[in-house]
Amino acid sequence: MSRIVEMIERLGALVIDNVTALGNFVLFLVNALWCAATPPYKPRLAIRQMRTIGAESIVLVALIGAFTGMVLGLQGYNTLRRFGSEGALGTVVALVLVRELGPVLAALMVTARAGSAMAAELGSMQATEQIDALAVMAINPIQYLVSPRVIAGIVSFPLLTSIFDVIGIWGGYLIGVGLMGAPGGSYLNGIAQNMSGHDIMSGLYKALVFGLVVMWVCCYKGYHAQRMATGVSRATTEAVVLSSVLILAWDYFLTSILL
Amino acid sequence: MVETNGKSARAPGASAGPAAIEVRDLRHRFGAQQVLRGVDLDFLRGRITTIVGPSGCGKTVLLKHLNLLLRPDSGKIVIEGVDVTRLGNRGLDEVRKEFGMLFQAGALFDSMSVFDNVAFPLVENTRMEREEIALKVREMLHNVGLEGMENKYPSELSGGMQKRAALARALVRNPKILMLDEPTTGLDPTRTGSIHALVRHTQQRFGLTVVMVSHDVPAVFEISDRVAFMHEGRMRLSGTPAEVTAANDEVFNRFLAGRAAGDERDAAAL
Repeated sequence: MSRIVEMIERLGALVIDNVTALGNFVLFLVNALWCAATPPYKPRLAIRQMRTIGAESIVLVALIGAFTGMVLGLQGYNTLRRFGSEGALGTVVALVLVRELGPVLAALMVTARAGSAMAAELGSMQATEQIDALAVMAINPIQYLVSPRVIAGIVSFPLLTSIFDVIGIWGGYLIGVGLMGAPGGSYLNGIAQNMSGHDIMSGLYKALVFGLVVMWVCCYKGYHAQRMATGVSRATTEAVVLSSVLILAWDYFLTSILL
Repeated sequence: MVETNGKSARAPGASAGPAAIEVRDLRHRFGAQQVLRGVDLDFLRGRITTIVGPSGCGKTVLLKHLNLLLRPDSGKIVIEGVDVTRLGNRGLDEVRKEFGMLFQAGALFDSMSVFDNVAFPLVENTRMEREEIALKVREMLHNVGLEGMENKYPSELSGGMQKRAALARALVRNPKILMLDEPTTGLDPTRTGSIHALVRHTQQRFGLTVVMVSHDVPAVFEISDRVAFMHEGRMRLSGTPAEVTAANDEVFNRFLAGRAAGDERDAAAL
């Protein structure tokens, strides 16, 4: 009997701990958004983060976009040729990129590059009491460290996704038309006729949500890292894994809403 | 007169002003562990008060309450007449502007140069002009013996130099209260002596109230006006260094002997 009671106690404690952790996680974002919306404003910090998260990710995103588009052009042409529909290649490549692969892959790449670095940086600052130092200097650490990153993510992710999409469509053209021989005019006309503003905005809304989620998770994990070397590495790993899972989960939910 | 168990009394012959910080029955626990079990202590204005005690007795947790990083479960902290336990975040920030804090490892910002680190509190919290800030920063670096180091980054400095830079940052806004968390940990005896001398000199020059947590016993007694011995989450003794040493408290004597034995073991190992 005592063993059953002990198991129930442990289960109860586990539930309470996890609900508390979830609550803290949500309150962290609420606090960051509140700090972003209230003075003192820190536009220079947000711009600096946009450079780190956005501008410095352009080359990587363009590279991945190009290869993704090229693969889509190759696979798409070979598949459509079976049905005599090579002319639809441009439509297929563009819609797949703009609605799905662009926002998701761009977000995953930026998570791996900038999100992990962010979690490590904040974790290291936590371990060396730099965050405490900010607080003792009467500077709100959330307002100084987290809010600029969240704003930068919300702004940068849609812009990076757009770059990914454009480069990817060009990559599809390069392989599908240039190498495989699909009709070039049909490729471009198909995009113009079959892609709507809704398709483009769907992808950008997704990118905006992914930007918020990635910055939220990576900042939270880094900010709450345990004050030791293994704590920082664990925070970095958890930040990337959780961000990646949430990107894919949110992709499904947003797709079901935006279709 | 030495204070036992933290009850207030004034040491004879000490010119004591009112307390800059008063702590009354402070309690705090982390989960099931009660760390502070009713701390009572006064930190006299314009004096150096050093908190000593064995590892795990709650010294750093007490310091984090004094610099408002932690809120107590119960009890009161009055800083310059203001009960800070009743303040919201904005009120706490106003009180914090009177503090300077030197963290154990310095806590300099890695991505900024020494100059930017020291200037940081002025840039973020004042409307001083750039030239004014630059003058102030150079003055502070001169005071701590770091002239010419403005463009270095923390990773390029030795441990002692990092502590000096962090001290300059803590003093740049002319605080009334300076808090130091084990300022000499990790330093060799020569640098320990120079940091102690710098703290004493700075306190005398600016008339600061200094709260220091230290393991450097009994060396730190030489610069302390008052010593508070903490044991198992409470203040067991406080008074001038001579009074505390002469109190012949069994636990304190064991603590001192343990520190001395530790120093001898370290020396033998070398």
